[in-house]
Amino acid sequence: MKEIKIYERPRAWAKGVHTHYCPGCGHGIIHRLICEIIDELGIQNDTIGTAPVGCAALMYDYFDIDFCEAAHGRAPALATGIKRTRPDKIVFTYQGDGDLASIGAAEIIHVANRGEKLTTIFINNAIYGMTGGQMAPTTLIGQKATTCPFGRDPQLAGYPMRMCELLATLETPGFITRVSVARPKYIIETKKAIKQAFQNQIEGKGYSFVEVLSNCPTNWGMNPVQAFEWTESTMIPHYPLGVFKNFE
Amino acid sequence: MTRVLMKGTEAIAEAAIQAGCNYFFGYPITPQNEIPEYMSARLPKIGGVYVQAESEVAAINMVMGGGSTGTKIMTTSSSPGISLMSEGISYIAGCEIPAVIVNVMRGGPGLGGILPSQADYFQATKGGGHGDYRLLVLAPSTLQEAVEITQMAFDLAFRYRNPVMILADGFMGQMMEAVEIREHVSGEIPSRESWAMGCMRERGGKRSILKSLYLNPEDLEQHNIKLQKKYREMEKEVRFEAYLCDDAEILLSAFGTTARIARSAINNLRSEGAKVGMLRPITLFPFPSEKLAELASGVKHVLVVEMNMGQMVEDVEAAVCGKAKVSFFGHAGGIAPSVREIEDRIRAIL
Repeated sequence: MKEIKIYERPRAWAKGVHTHYCPGCGHGIIHRLICEIIDELGIQNDTIGTAPVGCAALMYDYFDIDFCEAAHGRAPALATGIKRTRPDKIVFTYQGDGDLASIGAAEIIHVANRGEKLTTIFINNAIYGMTGGQMAPTTLIGQKATTCPFGRDPQLAGYPMRMCELLATLETPGFITRVSVARPKYIIETKKAIKQAFQNQIEGKGYSFVEVLSNCPTNWGMNPVQAFEWTESTMIPHYPLGVFKNFE
Repeated sequence: MTRVLMKGTEAIAEAAIQAGCNYFFGYPITPQNEIPEYMSARLPKIGGVYVQAESEVAAINMVMGGGSTGTKIMTTSSSPGISLMSEGISYIAGCEIPAVIVNVMRGGPGLGGILPSQADYFQATKGGGHGDYRLLVLAPSTLQEAVEITQMAFDLAFRYRNPVMILADGFMGQMMEAVEIREHVSGEIPSRESWAMGCMRERGGKRSILKSLYLNPEDLEQHNIKLQKKYREMEKEVRFEAYLCDDAEILLSAFGTTARIARSAINNLRSEGAKVGMLRPITLFPFPSEKLAELASGVKHVLVVEMNMGQMVEDVEAAVCGKAKVSFFGHAGGIAPSVREIEDRIRAIL
């Protein structure tokens, strides 16, 4: 019987490394999707990543591509400097909700508004993961976190920020979409979205923003199955999936 | 190129371009606005890029990104803006990325004032940002020297893969002088291909990671030991001007604009027969401690003159190490020590 390989390590995944992520975390899925896309587009030698501050701070260890570390929230500015000096390269930022929507709010709005020809992958899991489960700008109303132990109160902390909708009010950005990794059918859509975002860069088009609704079993206090169920049942109603802008 | 009359800010901008700097990321702040204005008009015409960042915080991170690809990058700002950039400067130093940063100093603390000052000596030479890092810090005293130092700064930044800071002040930024700006061709500079972002193909498929995060404390210490070794190597870049020091009994020490004023005072007193000289540091880090120590053993008194409340005086005291009396004279930002005031101080010592 002929052996058919149906699953293998993407070439863009560094050899012999395993992630430090908690069991059931969405980061591993999204990392793998990015690696598969880099392989499929044949851009391993031409892709430059910027690593965030947060759970994915060590992501440069897992990708066999050039990577530069960013300060908390500053990846869009860092990536701007990279892409402006190397417009021939595919440049992406990968940021969590605290990084992108809180401390880096100015940087994300202006990278989008300048229409930098790069890609942002925004991981929204409604909590600060690495620091141990504090309230994020995207924490849902009533959701408990270590700095809102009684649940997020909009009178004290405002309402959770919808970054796709906010950025879609700007004229410049080209591609803005929200996807999820809560179920296999969503994961397929996530791969398509990130691939299109990278393709936009190859074609020299403008700025692309892909928000991925993920999870955090550890800080949500759930097992992985419950966590992805919560992403679907509770996050998606507040953060609807879909395309908000597509170079129209 | 012949000598032309130029404003300091514009001379620095053109000098950078003639040294091969085609990328500029900045944010407006007085008194250095002519540099981004000049760059925004000039760079697009020569195939370069000017980006007006949303803040100094973003500007310095764009500089880090541009530097990470091994490209000659400059940003300029003034004191409060440099405070905002300090986070990024620490990362640039930690990741060993070349960059040139110009601080056209104004008064502080806080919003301070928009008039010239030298009150960022501590910030530039002792840190500013967090962690054990050092910048090469250069302090020009004339616009021609500012031109030469700006061009040299790119060579130093790449030689050591380290941020280089040029400390100018509002006087240097706003005054006009005749300058000659020549095209500057860098000497021996290590190739970017061995380390920079975007050169994976040139490295035969080997990736590069630029980072300052070392979670394992032993690794972090090794990283810091390596950086410290580099900072010690930088000591050979020390530059200074010893002005009429040979027979001096009283030694002045001043940098930048203040050194120009001190020079006039020295010339006046010399014509009266007073034996006064000056050690003018051109590099503030590395500080010319050895030369100062050597000169201090032959003088009675070292007078430090600064346009701040006394910052470089601490490095002078450390170098002099009790061999001569050290005193300080200065004004806070906005008021330059006058020639007469300096003469009076020296006469009081004589």
